[in-house]
Amino acid sequence: MTTCKQVLGPDDVRRAITRMAHEIIERNRGLGGVVILGMQRGGVWLAEALAGQVARIEREVPCGSIDVTLHRDDIGLRPVSPTSVTNVPVALDDACVVLVDDVLFTGRTVKAALDAIGDYGRPRSVQLAVLVDRGHRELPIRPDFVGKNLPTSLTESVEVSIDGVVITGEDAGHD
Amino acid sequence: MTERRHFRSIDEVGIDSIRRLLDVTDHMAEVSRRPNPKVPALRGRTICNLFFEDSTRTRMSFDTAAKRLSADTMTLAVGSSSVNKGESLRDTVETLSAMGVDAFVIRHRTAGTPWQIAEWTNAAIVNAGDGWHAHPTQALLDAYTIRTRLGGATSFDGLSVAIVGDVRHSRVARSVTQILTMLGADVRLVAPRTLLPPVPMAPSSHDLDDVVGDVDVLYLLRMQSERMGTGLVPGGTEYTDRFALTPARARRLRRDAMVMHPGPMNRGVEITVDPSTLGQSLILDQVTNGIAARMAVLFDLLGSSGTLEDGSNV
Repeated sequence: MTTCKQVLGPDDVRRAITRMAHEIIERNRGLGGVVILGMQRGGVWLAEALAGQVARIEREVPCGSIDVTLHRDDIGLRPVSPTSVTNVPVALDDACVVLVDDVLFTGRTVKAALDAIGDYGRPRSVQLAVLVDRGHRELPIRPDFVGKNLPTSLTESVEVSIDGVVITGEDAGHD
Repeated sequence: MTERRHFRSIDEVGIDSIRRLLDVTDHMAEVSRRPNPKVPALRGRTICNLFFEDSTRTRMSFDTAAKRLSADTMTLAVGSSSVNKGESLRDTVETLSAMGVDAFVIRHRTAGTPWQIAEWTNAAIVNAGDGWHAHPTQALLDAYTIRTRLGGATSFDGLSVAIVGDVRHSRVARSVTQILTMLGADVRLVAPRTLLPPVPMAPSSHDLDDVVGDVDVLYLLRMQSERMGTGLVPGGTEYTDRFALTPARARRLRRDAMVMHPGPMNRGVEITVDPSTLGQSLILDQVTNGIAARMAVLFDLLGSSGTLEDGSNV
């Protein structure tokens, strides 16, 4: 039996984004050199929402998106196809990149994104912001800004949108 | 294991794949604009360029495309290979396959060679021009160049295209007509009767002056003197007078028209204006986009398939 559980509502998502925006500003005092980059696809709306909040609280920073398909380590193992063209609005040399994704899972997509970012320049630092950290990392990668830590099982899937966070999974049936 | 896919002609590939490849080309064009225009997508794959006919831009373009995807490349220069010792095409292909080739990029003077070679190897085959038959990557890059100029339009409905010159001997004309027609354009062939195929693949006419002031795209073909029998065109300047892009005709082009040529140009034959002074010329865009289009084809054949199921959260 498939179960569906809403773990965050729209208000929770909005509050998490506001808090993370404050944390990003606090960590990068004055926001000098900060560039917010959303990862295709799920991270793009979140990056735009974070950039919007940061602009309301402090000031505008450049915001773009990055598609990591061509840097993935599973090319040839699963069907892949690039989704949307990468848009890096400014040179990344000496920038403070805030990489944004909706869900942090194995860490492999983040690793691919780190490789991709290196092709645009040498940032002073790269930080990672995710709305949900669901665990099960396969690489030594950790987030700097987290909306919600959400322990999951490997068989579950996590759907994130501006309207909330939903976990779906096969009910093991031995509660 | 799914069946090995190839990229050998526009009609074989089909409209859905063409649309997908045009989208992937957009990505590859972005890669090409990066400070470091290279991605690791095809690391560990080997691509062999087998060119049995002369080529500068297509061979260099494929070579660059493979390198920007981090594939290893082998290039067989037929002039210095065992082909000259009488080795058959089949033996050459089987020998190279045994070295571990994932894709062959083939140019050959005989139509159909890419289909023949696919029988002898498990590698993917990319047709880089076979005889008079097809040159599908040229067609893909041309469609992409037009699409980019049109702001990313997904359909070419109502676009009027004139393909001018030696249509009969031109694999480019055949493939470009196919792809542009598929995407909705109205293609017209403009050539002397002797330089049209017996059954033209699109409506044809014999008077360039009739169309030059109206077309959205003026696609000039190269006069293929190396494939030309005798007596197909009158000598002297008659061909140039009637079918070349001359300064007088260039003045009649619409301001937003696109002038294209697959190269290499015979200046003074099919074109007597300097294209670099022509605001409508996309000839160098075609060359630049050629790399991105070929990256898209190679990635699509070698990098985009797999047996694991697609996962969204990984």
